[in-house]
This record gives sequence, C-alpha cells and structure tokens, in this order.
Amino acid sequence: MSEIASPAVQVSVGPAGRVRWQRVVLHLVLISLAFVWLFPILWTAFTALRPYGDVIADGAVAWPAHVSFDNFVTAWTVASLPKYFFNTLIVAIPAVLVTLWVSSMLGYVFARFSFRLNLFLLMMFTAGNLLPPQVIIVPLYRIYLALPLPRLLSDNGLVYDSYFGIILIHVVFQTGFCTFVLSNYMKTISRELTEAALVDGASLWTTYRRVILPLTRPALAALATLEFTFIYNDFFWALILMKTGDKRPITSALNNFQGSFFTDQNVLAAMSFMVALPTILVYIVLSKQFVRGLTLGSTKG
Amino acid sequence: MLGPTSEGDIPAPLEVEASGAAVVSRKSRSKSRYSILTRRDKTVMALMVGIPTFLCVALIWLPTIASIGLSFTNWRGVTPLTDQNIVGLKNYVTLFTTYPFFWPAVIHNILWLVVFVFIATPIGIFIAVLLDREMRGTRLYQSVFFVPVVLSLAIVGFIWEQIYTSQGFLNSVLGHTSSSTAIDFLGNANLNIWAVLVAASWRHVGYVMVLYLAGLKSVDPTLREAASIDGANARQIFFRVVFPVMRPINIVVIVITVIESLRAFDIAYIINRGKNGLELLSILITNNSISEANLLGFGSAIAVVLLLVSLVPIVTFLVRTMGRETA
Repeated sequence: MSEIASPAVQVSVGPAGRVRWQRVVLHLVLISLAFVWLFPILWTAFTALRPYGDVIADGAVAWPAHVSFDNFVTAWTVASLPKYFFNTLIVAIPAVLVTLWVSSMLGYVFARFSFRLNLFLLMMFTAGNLLPPQVIIVPLYRIYLALPLPRLLSDNGLVYDSYFGIILIHVVFQTGFCTFVLSNYMKTISRELTEAALVDGASLWTTYRRVILPLTRPALAALATLEFTFIYNDFFWALILMKTGDKRPITSALNNFQGSFFTDQNVLAAMSFMVALPTILVYIVLSKQFVRGLTLGSTKG
Repeated sequence: MLGPTSEGDIPAPLEVEASGAAVVSRKSRSKSRYSILTRRDKTVMALMVGIPTFLCVALIWLPTIASIGLSFTNWRGVTPLTDQNIVGLKNYVTLFTTYPFFWPAVIHNILWLVVFVFIATPIGIFIAVLLDREMRGTRLYQSVFFVPVVLSLAIVGFIWEQIYTSQGFLNSVLGHTSSSTAIDFLGNANLNIWAVLVAASWRHVGYVMVLYLAGLKSVDPTLREAASIDGANARQIFFRVVFPVMRPINIVVIVITVIESLRAFDIAYIINRGKNGLELLSILITNNSISEANLLGFGSAIAVVLLLVSLVPIVTFLVRTMGRETA
C-alpha cells in the first residue's frame, strides 16, 4: 500500500444511483435510531404535560385530552427545586474555578519542568481520579467526621455536612483529570515562549499567569463546561458526605424524592425533566466545548 | 490531536516524539532551565505542586491505604480502634463464604461489564463509523446520540422509570393496563438488572461514539484511500485498516468502559438502594459501613476487592498513556 502516491479518490465508487440509494437507507436507519434515542426524554416530557387523571382514564399511550404545565409548577414548588438548584451552584461554581486553577498550575509545572517525580505525581493524580469513589468512602467519611472547620464555613463545626467538604472532595478528585488534560495541552505550547519570559527576568508566577494561562484558554473553557456538568451530575459525594437533605445539590437531592415523595407519576416526570434540562441546555449551547473537553482527555498526541 | 489548532498563531509543538536523542538533549536543557529560576520561583513552584499533592495524598491515597488496613478489623467506629479489633482475614472469609449478597453483586458487576463491552460499546463504535463521513445532518445525529451522556445516571434512572413503571410506556404498549397484570420491570429481581442495563447502555453508547469519532478523525485518510484502491470494501477497510490503527483509542475506550462498570452506583441506588436483584459492590460498601450499618471493617473488605479489580484498568490506562514518556 505504501508505494501508492494516492490522489484523492472517492471511496464509494459505483453507479451514482446505487450510492444515492445507499444514502437514503443510511438516513432512514439513522433517523429511526435517533428517534429511539430521544424517546425516553420525549416520553418523559409527554407524560409531564398530561394530568394524572387522563392517564388513568385514557391510558399512558393515548392522544392527550388535556395538555398543561401544571405538573411542572407543582413539581417546582412541592420539591422546592429552586433551593436545590441553588445548592448546586454553591458547590459547582467554586469547585470548577478552584479545580481549574489548581490543575493549571500543576499542569504547567508538569509540562515545563522535568523532575524525576513529575511523571509519578501525574500518575498519582490521574489514578486517583479513576478510582471508584466507593473504594475510599469509609475512611474518608471518618476523616470528614473528625476534621473540625470554623463555624463560618460549617453549621456543625465539622467538614462533614458542609459545602466546604463537598467542594474540597470535588476539587481533589477532578484535579487528576484536568491536570492530565492541561499538561498535555501545555506541552503543545512552544517552550521558547516561557523560557524567553524567564530569561527576561519574569518570575515563575508571572510566566504562568501572563504567558501560559492566556494560551491555555481554549482548553480551560472546554474543561469548565465539562467539569460543571460532572459536578452538577455528582450523586455520590453529597449523598454520603452531606447529611442534611435540604443542603444537598439537586442530583443528590433526587434521593430525597424517591418512593412515595410524589403521589403521581406525572409530577415525577415533570420533576425529572426539569432536573435533566440544565445539562442538556449547557450541552446545546456549548456542544463544541463539551465534546472537545471529553476528547482532549482521551486522544492524546 | 490536541494541538491548539484553532489558534493559528501558536507555534507547533517542538518535540513531537521523544526519541532517544531528544531525551538526552531535553535533559541538558532542563538543567539550564533551573538556573533561570530564582529562589522565590522555586518556593512558588513547591507550593503549586505541594499543596495539591498533599490534599490528593490525604484525601485519596491515605483513605485507600486505610481501607486496606480497616478490612482486617471489626471496627464499628464507636469505640477507639485498638489491637483488640484486629480479626485477620475474618471479614474476607465471611464475604466469600456466608455473606449472601457478595456473589450476586459480583455477578451483577460482571454482567454490567459484559453488556457494556459486548453490546453498548460495539453499538457506539458502529454509530461512530456510520456518522464519520461527509453527510448532511451528521452533526445533528451526533448531538442526538450524545444527549444522554450529559445526564447523571441518577436522572437517567428517573427518566427510564417513566418507561418501566406499571403505568409507563412499556406496560401500556404491551397491553398491561391494570397494575395487577403489569410487568414489574424494576421490582422483579430477575428483570430489574436488565432494565437498568438498558438504561445505562443508553448513556454509554453516546460516550463511546464521541470518543471513537474523535479517534476516527485522526486516522490518516490516505490509508483508507489506498485500501480502497486495492479493492477493499467498507467492512474490510474498517476491520483490517482503521480498527488496527485505532489501537490507542480502542484501549482508552475499553478502559473507560471497564471503569464505568465498576463505578456503577447511582442508578441502582436511586431505584431500590441496590437491593433485591440490583446488588453491586459499590453499593454494598456504603450500605454496610455508612448508610445502613456501621460495619466499617466488613465494608472495607468489599472496598479492597473493588480496589484490586479497579487497579487492572487503571494501571493499563497509566501504562498506555504515560508509559511512552518514560520509555
């Protein structure tokens, strides 16, 4: 194969009619698959728009007799969704910012200065990020119960059951992934830029702040989008490390809504749809950033 | 692949591949680089690395080691831990012989892995291959298949409940209108793991698709052209040419798939707290030592089993992605 100096050749050769026919089949397959894929979400929205009484009377699969947003309003107030959405922001915004700050510093040092320890440290951070959280939860739970925290940051004077504690574990866990991505990204930025700055007498901090960070902005934007979604979606940490149900972020609060919390399925559907919506919207608005963040981590070099 | 291609003014990477010679020159260069740093710079650097490292060790690796230690004790967390609490391998013996939920959990985790590796992942790859071409609407299709990936598995559980409940879509379509005749997809201990796996796969397929699409884009197009000139058909091109050169991506996808199946927790917990057909190792750990009982030692023994299994994909990942730099 190697000796063919190939000009661009159309892969699917053959009569034009056959190719077009294949395309039609392909689109039909893809459209049906796409419909199947969206169906659970569409179904949830459909159920949410119908009153419970109609489902009992007409069945679940039926032309809707009444359509309204009543279930959404009920779910919004009964489940006090605004409170839990707000809790999510209290956790996610600082967690994302601190994670990116810490991992960009780490990434910078790992990408620019080769110590013997660098690779080992990078491995340690990355491996920590890949570990199932349940492996460390028993001792971590005890540590959180034992660590004091000023009353200003915690109602009970402990790291346990405080926003600080949840933010902390997110930062520590997510730093692995972000450092891995950022140090790979920074390796592609010219060494001469940082070296020239250092030779000219700029401090390490200035080089990081004024040279590296601006050039890393695309990767930081992608990671911010991704990390916000990861943290929004966290169920486990706040479930275990946050005792007070009212203080939990929205995804962990889903655990409070289990079983008999909602008396009717249609209000439950409305609640599910509203909780799913924010990350879907983030994805629709920032899809490029989103996919970029994911693939930056997986396809290296 | 991850060069800042959108920023045209950034110079290309200087060292693409570190050959033996390059490593030598890099070493001598790094020596000269240190002399540029002032004492203050070195302190700043130590802080930049030291603080996060301390936190990572204190909150991830110390607990990991503590889990191993605790697994040899019968500590319940009420009285201080003393020598009296050491019970040797007793927790492991109980776990492997008499504890009724261990083996079901292992089987469910294996099932999760098998379904993810042999069904969800190939579907994701298949969709990626279908979409990796110049075609109207390919972006739209990609977005559709990716939507479930942005949802947490907890909310995926809630969404699929609307499909599975007695008044849900499936029972309605199957004609089971009264709740007495309805199939209890989530309550039946033989069915619920499959119901959950369908929902979890729904999310995993999109994840694999996106990773694979990124990989496919990095395959040199002349390879395919050459194969096609040699008379290979689409299937042969994929299996004989594209798939083999995608080896690095294949490994990342498999590692992520294995890790995701070991981490499975949210969806089973949200449906029935991992009981009655939905036992998973991750849930047994928390139920035994935190949420329902305080058998810290016993729960830690389960954590050690999960740790040992997780090390396989984690080490594979580290060796594949970082080994190149040391070699």
